Amino acid sequence: MSRTKPHEIVERALELSTADGCVVIADEESSANLRWAGNALTTNGVTRGRTLTVIATVDGKEGTASGVVSRSAVTAADLEPLVRAAEEAARAGASAEDAQPLVTGVPASTDFTEGPAETSSAVFERFAPALGEAFARARAGGRELYGFANHELVSTYIGTSAGLRLRHDQPNGTLELNAKSPDRLRSAWAGRSTRDFTDVDPTVLDAELAVRLGWAERKIELPAGRYETLLPPTAVADLMIYQMWSASARDAVEGRTVFSKPGGGTRLGEKLSELPLTLRSDPNAPGLESAPFVIAHSSGDDASVFDNGLAVPATEWISGGELARLTTTRHSAELTGQPVSPGFGNLILDGGGDRSLEEMVAATERGLLLTCLWYIREVDPATLLLTGLTRDGVYLVENGQVVGEVNNFRFNESPVDLLSRASEAGRTEQTLPREWSDWFTRAAMPALRIPDFNMSSVSKGV
Amino acid sequence: MIGATGPDPGRNSVPHSIDAAFTALPLRALADAALARARALGSDHADFRLERVRSASWRLRDAKPSGGSDSTDLGYAVRVVHGGSWGFASGVDLTMDGAAKVASQAVAMAKLSARVIKAAGSDERVELADEPVHADKTWISAYDVNPFEVPDAEKSALLADWSARLLAADGVAHVDASLLAVHENKFYADTAGTVTTQQRVRIHPQLTAVAVDAATGGFDSMRTIAPPAGRGWEYLTGTGWDWNAELEGIPDLLAEKMRAPSVRAGRYDLVVDPSNLWLTIHESIGHATELDRALGYEAAYAGTSFATFDQLGTLTYGSSIMNVTGDRTAEHGLATIGYDDEGVEAQSWDLVKDGTLAGYQLDRRIAKLTGLGRSNGCAYADSPGHVPVQRMANVSLRPDPGGLSTEDLIGGVERGIYVVGDRSWSIDMQRHNFQFTGQRFFRIENGRLAGQLRDVAYQATTTDFWGSMEKVGGPQTYVLGGAFNCGKAQPGQVAAVSHGCPSALFRDVNILNTTQEAGR
Repeated sequence: MSRTKPHEIVERALELSTADGCVVIADEESSANLRWAGNALTTNGVTRGRTLTVIATVDGKEGTASGVVSRSAVTAADLEPLVRAAEEAARAGASAEDAQPLVTGVPASTDFTEGPAETSSAVFERFAPALGEAFARARAGGRELYGFANHELVSTYIGTSAGLRLRHDQPNGTLELNAKSPDRLRSAWAGRSTRDFTDVDPTVLDAELAVRLGWAERKIELPAGRYETLLPPTAVADLMIYQMWSASARDAVEGRTVFSKPGGGTRLGEKLSELPLTLRSDPNAPGLESAPFVIAHSSGDDASVFDNGLAVPATEWISGGELARLTTTRHSAELTGQPVSPGFGNLILDGGGDRSLEEMVAATERGLLLTCLWYIREVDPATLLLTGLTRDGVYLVENGQVVGEVNNFRFNESPVDLLSRASEAGRTEQTLPREWSDWFTRAAMPALRIPDFNMSSVSKGV
Repeated sequence: MIGATGPDPGRNSVPHSIDAAFTALPLRALADAALARARALGSDHADFRLERVRSASWRLRDAKPSGGSDSTDLGYAVRVVHGGSWGFASGVDLTMDGAAKVASQAVAMAKLSARVIKAAGSDERVELADEPVHADKTWISAYDVNPFEVPDAEKSALLADWSARLLAADGVAHVDASLLAVHENKFYADTAGTVTTQQRVRIHPQLTAVAVDAATGGFDSMRTIAPPAGRGWEYLTGTGWDWNAELEGIPDLLAEKMRAPSVRAGRYDLVVDPSNLWLTIHESIGHATELDRALGYEAAYAGTSFATFDQLGTLTYGSSIMNVTGDRTAEHGLATIGYDDEGVEAQSWDLVKDGTLAGYQLDRRIAKLTGLGRSNGCAYADSPGHVPVQRMANVSLRPDPGGLSTEDLIGGVERGIYVVGDRSWSIDMQRHNFQFTGQRFFRIENGRLAGQLRDVAYQATTTDFWGSMEKVGGPQTYVLGGAFNCGKAQPGQVAAVSHGCPSALFRDVNILNTTQEAGR
């Protein structure tokens, strides 16, 4: 069965279905990874797997119920029991609140019957020797390298009893490199997202980090307080991702998010920033391509299994600084009177600026330059107050120059407030969100200048 | 130094058998094929792990089903030490040829590692601490009713009933309910001859009531504080937690919270309830005493630790009444096992003794590397597709055998705050600086509770906080808390872990007002 083509499994599962409706999702997954610490590889791995998800829908007097069952390593003997289990779950359950007619009218993917795309350790054929060279250079330069390189490919096949036959291949690669001094009192980090590892060179990143470790040779202690701060694109990405998690239209209408309006309704149309910020998602964004249709393995606040196959359009969440759109499923769109806006597969923030981060540093009289944020958690959903820490390098900028490394800080800030206070947005560039990179990698962000970023306390962590 | 004591791997509250559908899989044959191939290719060590992990969720929004899933992850992994390097591969093809092929891939990955290590000019070699051979062992966790044998309709009906009870109360605008359940089977075999077969069940019900003040735009929530548990369906029907009592109290607590005054920032004495303290223990002690972190193996991701190896036996972690154990044997613990994912028998040992760092959590490689002798059994992989890494045991603060009740601890505070339930948590990458919030904060005035406070967060440095612990509550205050979702490693893995603790009194802790922190 494992050698059977995914589309054949999808077709067979649909044939076995006796429910009123059926959605079958076959995910063919492969991955390869390398991990290292102290200039030496520590673990590595290659994986190959298949997960089959069957969503059965059963119509009843009070509505339509759904049953969702997933299995990995499905064999021929497992297929019928899997379909029956989904049907049984649907028949045993109450009607699904998000029930909608299954999506129709989407043209079939031309490659639906092709075999899945795969990755393997071969993706590192050129990268692995370069990594070894980076280790050797780091050792010679008095640096220790830590990090992780991961490449995965997921080919998703969706078939439905309403006639959809869709397929999407999603490559996903990340490189994270952390350099430390041997006494571990200086630390620097860089990360990249990549689709195929042909465009990332660990020796180049190591050279960048060597410069940063050099900046850190002068230590400057600063107390907690509000500082002019340059947030690099990776930090902005982590904050915007969290903001999008809180962008459910239904929750906002119900009065329980930062985007709820006192007195009822939402803050849609409200000016969030004086800068001409546009926050958008686009499945066809070059280098950040994501699924052009909904792939939902289960229903939740921002996803509905009934929406599988629904087109994901390019969407502007913030336009010209105004809140323009909140996320909806077809069901929550009906409830809230908002347009259908499925969740995001990539995020792009554009502020109209064209200065690089280096140029923004050069234009700074006195401020902090951060490397990245870490351990970001929500403190108060009403303001979307988040806490977290700076990590792997906070640098003091004076008169346009980095003059030394500052201690780390804990921050307490709301990304929504930060957008309102940002005084400059730099040039948008592709970046790897560090905090959330284990699941979200497709982002392009500018650096932001915040005049008064709240560093709540000092962290001794390095 | 590592005071290991052996468990009774066979104990159960109710006798169960390993699921017959799991044992019917060709476990031995696949293991033999993989290990034989690894041996033939010259591996110094090889282990084979076949897992079936079934995870399901049921979610309700305002008492109506809003989504659910039922996923089973089945597959196997081969890990080798070959030429002094690790190699790992996993697969799903349940044939002898497939298992042998995966073993070959693992050896190929070890060779790739060796090339990179050689290019870097390193002479590092992987070696494993010795472990007695455990041949043909089985172990099953303590539970009564497998939640997957309870009809889904019964689960949804109970959650709907609980939700409806909350929704019926004045001031409750919305209720979110969820139930997570996991049934985990593992088969392990290695080239030394250890063969183990295990079965674990865990469950986590949770309900959150939301109040909304439409006029002001204000809202807040109150969540149940019942912890996840290594128990079965019986946990929802009266064993281990009084759900009726907890649900009955929530609407009034939420209403009071909506009316509560905002805290004045400053320094306060804190009585911290186990429902909150477990998470502080997890972040500031559990992760800090993982020796792989302290040595730098998580440096690029989860971070390192201030509790470095050179300070073992000398670091003052907290006050002299602080005693913390690592324990993989606690009944109903989420990290409780019979044997870990390297075939090491479960143990219990000291991490902090009388306030001093006394031990670490180990796997076989780290134990050998540091000369600590035997591993204490902390290797775990969350799926057949992931390599075992050093993961947290149940890390628990011991109660004072003659200690006070929570009420008596509160009675000893003139001006302070009683903290109940966890909410947000964050700590730096060396485990110094942390900030936590909670579900409920009660003002303490002259030894008595004087109503709730809002907008409270406590922020401290780990050793200062534990150094300020003046009293540890008695066994009557002890609760086994925990979480399903502890994250670590790259590729990312999640592990379930429990933390037992009593109530405890901390003096002079920094309290923030979160509204002021937001600049309002």
